[in-house]
Amino acid sequence: MAWQAFKVLLSHWRRRPVQLAMLLLGLALATALWSAVQAINGEARASYARAAAVLGQDRLDALARADGGRFPQSEFIALSKAGWRVTPVLEGEKRFGPERLRIIGIDPLTLPPAAAQVDVMRDDIGLLSFITPPGILLVSGETAERLRGVVTPPLRINDTLPPGTALTDIGIAQSLLEAPGEVSRLMIWPEQLSALPPLDAVAPDLIRRAPVIESDLSRLTDSFHLNLTAFGLLAFAVGLFIVHSAIGLAFEQRRPVFRTLRSLGVPLRMLVFLLGAELLSFSILAGLAGVALGYGVAWALLPDVAASLEGLYGAEVAGTLTIRPSVWGLGLAIAVAGTMVSAGTRLWRIATMPLLAPARPRAWSLASERALRLQALGGAALLGVSALLVTAGTGLVAGFIMLGAMLLGAALLLPLVLSLFLKLGGRAAKGVVVQWFWADTRQQLPGLSLALMALLLALAANAGVGTMVESFRLTFVGWLDQRLASELYVTTRSLEESGKVRSWLETRSDAVLPIWHADVQLVGQPVQIYGVTDHTTYRDHWPLLEAVPDVWGLVVRGEGALANEQLARRGGLGLGDQVNLPGGRSMAIAGVFSDYGNPKGQLIIGNHLLDELYPDASRLRYAVRVAPQKVPELAADLRTTFGLPQGNVVDQAAVKAFSLRIFERTFAVTAALNVLTLGVAALAIFASLLTLAGMRLSQLAPAWAMGLTLGNLAGLEILRSVALAAFTFVAAIPVGLALAWILLAVINVEAFGWRLPMHVFPLEWLRLFVLAVASAIIAALLPALHLMRLAPARLLKVFADER
Amino acid sequence: MLLELRNVSKSYPTGEGKLPVLRGVSLMLEAGESLALTGESGSGKSTLLHLAGGLDQPDTGEVLVDGRDIARLGDKDLAAYRRSTVGLVFQQFNLIPSIDVAANLAFQARLAGRYDAAWNATLADRLGLSKFLSRFPEQLSGGQQQRVAIGRALAVKPRLILADEPTGNLDEETGDAVLDLMLSLQVEAGAALLMVTHSLRLAGRMQRRLHLSGGRLS
Amino acid sequence: MSVPALAQGFAGLGSDATGFAVPQRGVELSFPRDHGAHPDYRIEWWYLTANLTGEDGQDYGAQWTLFRAALAPVEKQGWEDPQIWMGHAAITTVEKHYSAERMARGGIGQAGVKLSPFLARIDDWHMTSRAAGADEISALDVAAAGDGFSYALKLDAQGPLVPQGDLGYSVKSAEGQASYYYSQPFYKVEGAITIDGRRIKVSGQAWFDHEWSSQPLSAGQTGWDWFSFHFASGEKLMGFRLRDDGEGYTSATWINADGRAEPQPPGALRVTPLEWQDVSGHRVPVRWRVWLPAKGVDVTTRALNPAAWMDTQISYWEGPVAIEGSHPGRGYVEMTGYNGVSSR
Repeated sequence: MAWQAFKVLLSHWRRRPVQLAMLLLGLALATALWSAVQAINGEARASYARAAAVLGQDRLDALARADGGRFPQSEFIALSKAGWRVTPVLEGEKRFGPERLRIIGIDPLTLPPAAAQVDVMRDDIGLLSFITPPGILLVSGETAERLRGVVTPPLRINDTLPPGTALTDIGIAQSLLEAPGEVSRLMIWPEQLSALPPLDAVAPDLIRRAPVIESDLSRLTDSFHLNLTAFGLLAFAVGLFIVHSAIGLAFEQRRPVFRTLRSLGVPLRMLVFLLGAELLSFSILAGLAGVALGYGVAWALLPDVAASLEGLYGAEVAGTLTIRPSVWGLGLAIAVAGTMVSAGTRLWRIATMPLLAPARPRAWSLASERALRLQALGGAALLGVSALLVTAGTGLVAGFIMLGAMLLGAALLLPLVLSLFLKLGGRAAKGVVVQWFWADTRQQLPGLSLALMALLLALAANAGVGTMVESFRLTFVGWLDQRLASELYVTTRSLEESGKVRSWLETRSDAVLPIWHADVQLVGQPVQIYGVTDHTTYRDHWPLLEAVPDVWGLVVRGEGALANEQLARRGGLGLGDQVNLPGGRSMAIAGVFSDYGNPKGQLIIGNHLLDELYPDASRLRYAVRVAPQKVPELAADLRTTFGLPQGNVVDQAAVKAFSLRIFERTFAVTAALNVLTLGVAALAIFASLLTLAGMRLSQLAPAWAMGLTLGNLAGLEILRSVALAAFTFVAAIPVGLALAWILLAVINVEAFGWRLPMHVFPLEWLRLFVLAVASAIIAALLPALHLMRLAPARLLKVFADER
Repeated sequence: MLLELRNVSKSYPTGEGKLPVLRGVSLMLEAGESLALTGESGSGKSTLLHLAGGLDQPDTGEVLVDGRDIARLGDKDLAAYRRSTVGLVFQQFNLIPSIDVAANLAFQARLAGRYDAAWNATLADRLGLSKFLSRFPEQLSGGQQQRVAIGRALAVKPRLILADEPTGNLDEETGDAVLDLMLSLQVEAGAALLMVTHSLRLAGRMQRRLHLSGGRLS
Repeated sequence: MSVPALAQGFAGLGSDATGFAVPQRGVELSFPRDHGAHPDYRIEWWYLTANLTGEDGQDYGAQWTLFRAALAPVEKQGWEDPQIWMGHAAITTVEKHYSAERMARGGIGQAGVKLSPFLARIDDWHMTSRAAGADEISALDVAAAGDGFSYALKLDAQGPLVPQGDLGYSVKSAEGQASYYYSQPFYKVEGAITIDGRRIKVSGQAWFDHEWSSQPLSAGQTGWDWFSFHFASGEKLMGFRLRDDGEGYTSATWINADGRAEPQPPGALRVTPLEWQDVSGHRVPVRWRVWLPAKGVDVTTRALNPAAWMDTQISYWEGPVAIEGSHPGRGYVEMTGYNGVSSR
């Protein structure tokens, strides 16, 4: 009996394949976007974990300087002689052509087994080649691919290494990083002698650090992934709107079937069970398709995500995707859960339905005015919560709650707002058809409100994120113009060459500004300290957010320091606050400058002070001021005179182009997710219209009978969809602006450490408006065409049929 | 002659081929005349009414209104014919649910550009609807709804009123009252009335009566 | 992580010596120079074994070894130095064998051998000269520590240095593979060992070997059995057998109590395993018959602890033995190449 009943229930879908497609597509799309985000996040997290696990850093204690700076390897020897079993590691960044590599130098002989990631005895390596210049760089296959054609020491593949990381002998690393005799840290063997001299007695400037359980990267990038997750959830929610309306329609249309089945003796529990089983199989099917699709989306987006993460945080993420069981499991689970939530109320209604309930075609469109008000009240409350958080909340999570409450609140308010719009429209209307149009549109509102809420969210997200990105772009471009004031940028390859290039340039340019820096640890984070010389370039162009009078004078005289915005925010540093420089100098913050796109904190001090405090600072780069028309010739001269590679002499335009390219890729993902979300919303409208189309016949038939053509009616149907989309668009604009504001003033500040001014781009909205209207037309087109081609008999049945 | 059907045939496609509903029916109706059309279920009486109302078109034959064959009209002209010449009253779903009673009453008249506020007020008053003008159809009882439908049909001052079981959903008492109203207003307006009913009692109140059986008149 | 020349086990010692210096017969050893390292030779070791008796009356064995393996026959400053150093240390008691291992690169000061005064070290392990004027290694402080053990021994030589083979040219195979090899077998030892936190004063005898070569084994040789005996008479015997698929190649040096060395011709020494035992998964002889007819020696050895397996990256058996028979005494036995089926 169960099987027979099941077949009857399923036959519904055979007669309505579009409905089935809608249901499956909605669910699959929702799951796909969610899973894509999960897959991307999973990949990124795995990369961070791999980075953290390099050389067993996640398991082994280490000795390091409190400020994170390098120290002489003689401390390693001293500790070894004192009986400490430790192994030296030197770490640093080095550019090879266009690629930046994290170089990790190790001593394979003293490496504890827990840290032995690579067997340098491998036939294709060999200890002698490994330690003898030019040495060997071990990199992942992907990194090797990226380095193709770039001049580097010989490469060997080891895929346990995270992307962008090269493992090499410590001696090779010391020469690559120009840190002869220096190490970054000493990793401690788990097995140590029972009687060891205390650390203080042997290496008093070192401290013992616990294993790095969570990498800096994963903490730093949390916000980004939270961002993506929020987007994934939004997309999923929008997708559920489709599922909800498809399931609603199917249940509504099958009411007579349910009644008949029950009259024929199918027990209620079995009916509910069968319907549950039906939905479960659909959701599993769609969930599987969705996760597969999600991997496709993730695969397409991952390179951009990887670029974003590198651009924003310097985090290296593999560009290839691994199939993760957790993504499949979670994707399926959320598909099933989503379906069940969407269907829950309907199943409940079936379960509690009296056997001979009258087959009254009470469209669910007849939601009472009161329910609308209650919903709006809830929406207003959520908006209140969001507003409250603006003043009371701190932190990223509060930011996201603020954002979520605002979006959800706005969505809940939408039906009432639209209802008011439509009422006003009706009041203003003169003609009978126009009046009826408004009234009828209002009548449709409850049935379409879910889809319209989805559209609102998608439009607001588009407008908001678009505004943020465009604000960012405008600010960023302006900032680049300021920051990249010099005409030419030169990177030399050694200290010796650096000196020669500098004196060569002195006579051939207007000014040679050193870009020298030391990497230190400050207020618990990696910070780059740059030295500046006294030059009008800085006074005229440097993008200061705030500063004390004569800021450059103070800096150049070594009496003050400039902090970038992210350092100032993270360290809670304001003008006049003292900052303790590693090396024992304390200095007041004389100014704060904007430094968009830089993952690290930055401090600027006088160049001679940098020399004094950090004799080991990198002294290889220069900015050159020269008349623009002389740039190509000077660059060519530089390259030929010193044999500098192409990438070491870069003009301003090239640096700008490079920075902008990173910027564009950074937001490519958001843009893609935006478009996809909008697509899902359009699909939701389509599904809802399709759902309503069947019920609308009884509402349209009288108007037709009284002298409107089907063409008129179909046109009005499209117009109705457009009107609703347009009104929703109007409602979405303030929501989008609020979203942009939250992103710029709250989320970004927490996530990236900088705050951007908000700019409004009405032309962008026009594009969005066109998109909204277009999606409304597309969504309404099929039902409208169907209506136009309707045989009169179908309409006439309305007047005679007992439904 | 207001309405003349000449040798009209109509069939509907079904799963087992074409099902003939009307087989060469001819009929005439004068202005101001009332005619009852009776017959069994499926005898084709509703179809005949639909053809007369320009809601559907015959396979063969002519449907002449004032001597003009509406069976040959296009979609647009048919719609124009429906809104200006015909007043329709069906068994159910006559009203537009999204607009109130007043708007429903005025709908077709305004559509036809023939709205007469005084006449509408009279109708509302005569039909006992004045108190309900700002209500919505779903807030009315079945009898009230049918009175609105009749009022709406008359508001346009049609030359031809077509009613298909207008009291079919109502109890006898209410149905009689509604019919009384319709007949008296029809006479006042000088319109012709073609009413489909299976009730001989109701049919007896019309001036003429025709019986449809197996797609033919008798 | 292991060292390539050693990574293939002792069998790797048969590798080709191309580019490295090769020992020549007739080259006279010169001290203190030859106490130091010889970076142009592939392999070199400073090897100390001590037979000790504790204040508790128990017998103990102690080992201190520094290996040098060259990846290339040069010495360089800094991390580029192809000289690799490896230390092994052990204490053997009747119940337990403690061992430890250290690795280091040359060129950075973490390990190496210096002269004037003599200092051999790796990490905190060292062998430091205390000798004033006389031979640099005639008085040494030796210390090492590992998991569960440590020791600090004072060594004082009671006799002269003893060249092995032909004035220090020690032939290892019929094909002529050879090493430079000398010993100081006359150390009197005082000191203390600490085992699992328990400190025990010890005294006894120690034997020091210093050997360097580039290709000490011939291709067919699979390992060796090496014996250093302190007889109660004051006489000493150094003997070894290099195993191959046949009889093997034996060599021995008889050392008179006054330090005079009498090198024995190849084959004069005969050794036969009497009893085998599974030790740490390796099947090794734990009792030997050692027979040198020319000197009337016919003795058997008994391991103080048969489980004296050096479970280091290159593993072998090294432990103190008691000697019974014609010439009672005590000594050390080293057995390499018994890695069996699971040979690395």
